[in-house]
Amino acid sequence: MTLTLLAQSTLGGLLQGGVYGLLALGLSLSWGLLRLVNLSHFALAFLGAYLTYQFGTSFGFPAWLSGIIIVPLFFLMGLALHALLVQFKVREFASLLVTFGITVLIESAIQWIWSADYLRYNTPYAQVSIKVGPLYVPVLELIAFCSAAVLTGAAWLGLTKTMLGKALRAAASDGQIAAAFGINSVRVSFVLAGLCSASAGLAGVFIALTSTLAPSQIEGWIGVVFAVAIIGGLANPLGALAAGILVGVSEAVTMAAINPAWAPLVAFSILIFILLYRPNPV
Amino acid sequence: MNKLSLYAAAAVPLAILTALPFAGAADYYVSYLYTIFFWVVLATSWGILSGYAGYWSFGHAAFFGAGVYATATLAGKWDVPFLLTVPIAAGVSATLAVMIGLIVFRSKTLRGELFALLTLSVTFVLAAVVSNTSIDSGAGVYLSNLPIPALGTTSSGTLYLLALGLAVFSLLVSYQIFHGRLGVGLLAICDDEDVAEVKGVPTFRYKLIAFAISSAIASVMGAIHAVYVGYVTVAETFSVTVGLYVVLMSILGGARHWAGPAIGATLITVAQSAVVSGAHAELGHAGVALALIVVILTLPNGIVPSLLRRLPGHANKAKALLEDRSSVPALPEVVEAPRHKLSSERFIEKMILECRDVTKSFGGIHALRGVNLRIMEGEILALVGPNGSGKSTLINLISGHFPLTAGEITMGDSKISDLFPHEIARMGLARTYQIPRLFHNLTVLENVKLCSVFGRNSVEAGEDSEETARKWLAFTGLSDKADALPESLNLHDRKFVEFARALAARPRLLLLDEVLCGLNPAEVDHAVEMIRKIKSGGTTIIFVEHLMRAVVALADRIAVLDQGRLLALGSPPETMRNPEVIGVYLGSGHAA
Repeated sequence: MTLTLLAQSTLGGLLQGGVYGLLALGLSLSWGLLRLVNLSHFALAFLGAYLTYQFGTSFGFPAWLSGIIIVPLFFLMGLALHALLVQFKVREFASLLVTFGITVLIESAIQWIWSADYLRYNTPYAQVSIKVGPLYVPVLELIAFCSAAVLTGAAWLGLTKTMLGKALRAAASDGQIAAAFGINSVRVSFVLAGLCSASAGLAGVFIALTSTLAPSQIEGWIGVVFAVAIIGGLANPLGALAAGILVGVSEAVTMAAINPAWAPLVAFSILIFILLYRPNPV
Repeated sequence: MNKLSLYAAAAVPLAILTALPFAGAADYYVSYLYTIFFWVVLATSWGILSGYAGYWSFGHAAFFGAGVYATATLAGKWDVPFLLTVPIAAGVSATLAVMIGLIVFRSKTLRGELFALLTLSVTFVLAAVVSNTSIDSGAGVYLSNLPIPALGTTSSGTLYLLALGLAVFSLLVSYQIFHGRLGVGLLAICDDEDVAEVKGVPTFRYKLIAFAISSAIASVMGAIHAVYVGYVTVAETFSVTVGLYVVLMSILGGARHWAGPAIGATLITVAQSAVVSGAHAELGHAGVALALIVVILTLPNGIVPSLLRRLPGHANKAKALLEDRSSVPALPEVVEAPRHKLSSERFIEKMILECRDVTKSFGGIHALRGVNLRIMEGEILALVGPNGSGKSTLINLISGHFPLTAGEITMGDSKISDLFPHEIARMGLARTYQIPRLFHNLTVLENVKLCSVFGRNSVEAGEDSEETARKWLAFTGLSDKADALPESLNLHDRKFVEFARALAARPRLLLLDEVLCGLNPAEVDHAVEMIRKIKSGGTTIIFVEHLMRAVVALADRIAVLDQGRLLALGSPPETMRNPEVIGVYLGSGHAA
């Protein structure tokens, strides 16, 4: 294997890691701050991807316009889902099951509307890339990575510098005490749930542009992104992105150096390795 | 009697089910029932760890699949006789489970979530390994011409009988565990693992055992199923749906009961076969998902426990108790403390516990800075000091809750500071928690009984644990609340359940962490009287207390802690006159 090839796959892994980070961000924040383990995050992302595909192919919307429609729409969907979970006082473990049920519902809906076959959203700009020295940088992936980086940075700033972020962290560490200091933990939790869902929608737009779509793909993402969220540390946006990049690059190098079929093992090997040396990762 | 009628009730349908393939029942019915047994086995085996201990595995498919491929490889490729592959398959999965358990059960934070996700990922990992290696090579394995021993019927009849046998076996195993030590320990782990450990439950070992049993049974089902389907593929075997259906079935039926998963499995299998007629597979899928959501939201405990709660007697008692709460109960007479059989011999001045240079830091905070303390057998030592002086930390170190930063603690002749909390508990140390930490899904009696079962020398004591529990409930005046759940008790009663739990463990050394805090004066007097009786029963006591009235009334010696150091130690009058002690409590201006 040449050095160029290695560098090219590292770059591809880095960019893919951005999407992992973006998906892990919403998962990690909702798990760490709301104590809700949201499996339906992935199904929502794929719903976003399919909607992007549909808007693009039926109405000829450019992807950015689809994004503008999808993000607020998913914010509202996040609110609705959170309302259900709050209404029934669902806790961590039950949330895993309820959101799994929602995942299967969305998956069935996708299968019903768009069929189980693979779909490919072809855009004129799908193959555009910039040549930097010997390497090709695909523009779409680069935009996805930059969006992930910007969102992660914004989430980090929001959590550490703004009142809303501080309120969220206070409510997460002790809801009753936070309430005693005047924090409406229910209201702030709705805002966060909406934002997490919106980020899944945005990730969906990028998934539509860069990958092949099939409802069965949803399950493939679950394991990797959960591993990323745990490796990065819950409720830690920068950690999520860093872990996303770590996993993305390791996967890409494994694919190039050994065999693409072993890629699914990479994230879990890293996770198990971390658990061995740090049994209490969070 | 109850058990006998249960056996009788089970024997008749069992005989009919066994006779079915011999009577030449249509293949359709045989395979329909096989499917039910298949899910009953998987759901019941899942419940043994995940249902009882609350460690939800999303990777049951991995252990099932390990069995499928163990048999596929051994029997299909290497011509090992089918029946011989079954125990090997069980062993493979049990080993896999123990390996995963050794990694993930060490974690103390996010235990359940990590376990759920790690088991989920094991499914993917195993699927990738199997399809990338010569085990499967991505093409699937054919087993259709495999010779299987005929049990006097067709080969599908044989597999049906094997599945039936395994279903009965897994239910029996689950039943036995549920009613035995292991089950009690696992249910306590589900409620509060740290407390279970401190009360003497070997939590790490129990989780490993349950995980191994649960995986081995799933694996045997896999071995049978491999032959039943005749052609195994990675996609079918390791599908996420297997792992999730099992969870749904168990939760629906009631994961904390041995029969729950089996009932859930039967209901869902039957319902699904009714819904999925022909081409609408995804509708069936969605229907199950919707059922899952509705069940979790409305029946979080499952069908079986909800039904059991409706039984006459059960509900009335709980209701009566709730009504009873409004009236102020009269404090019961303090009766003589039951004597421990083992501690009746008289003792001379003998050291029971020694702390040498005990040091504990939490990050940069030095909670204890080298405490030396000797506790004599039979005494009551009061541990006092301002907030943050390290009293509770010392209690937590002695009971093994935290590891020491430096120093050591010995009990009798053995060093206990590097033992697990459950080993310390077995040596005869019991503690209470300042804020009661009762197992909230167990009744008051079950709470106390558990501590008697796992307490000191429970085997040698030779006393019925239920008797012991009732005795200590009587001593603490809680006899009439034996069948209540902790949440229906007020703080006073919950504190006394804590008390009874510690006493039922037959401790040589009892650590009481602010048992009197929050009680009214009459209740305090009552508790003080009770502690005196416990002492006269032969138990050594260390108690942390702010209430000086009680300290003076009870303590033989007082140890004063301040900023992690032992400031003074001696008889109550002597200690209370110590200028340094007065300085700490009232400010140095008063010390002169």
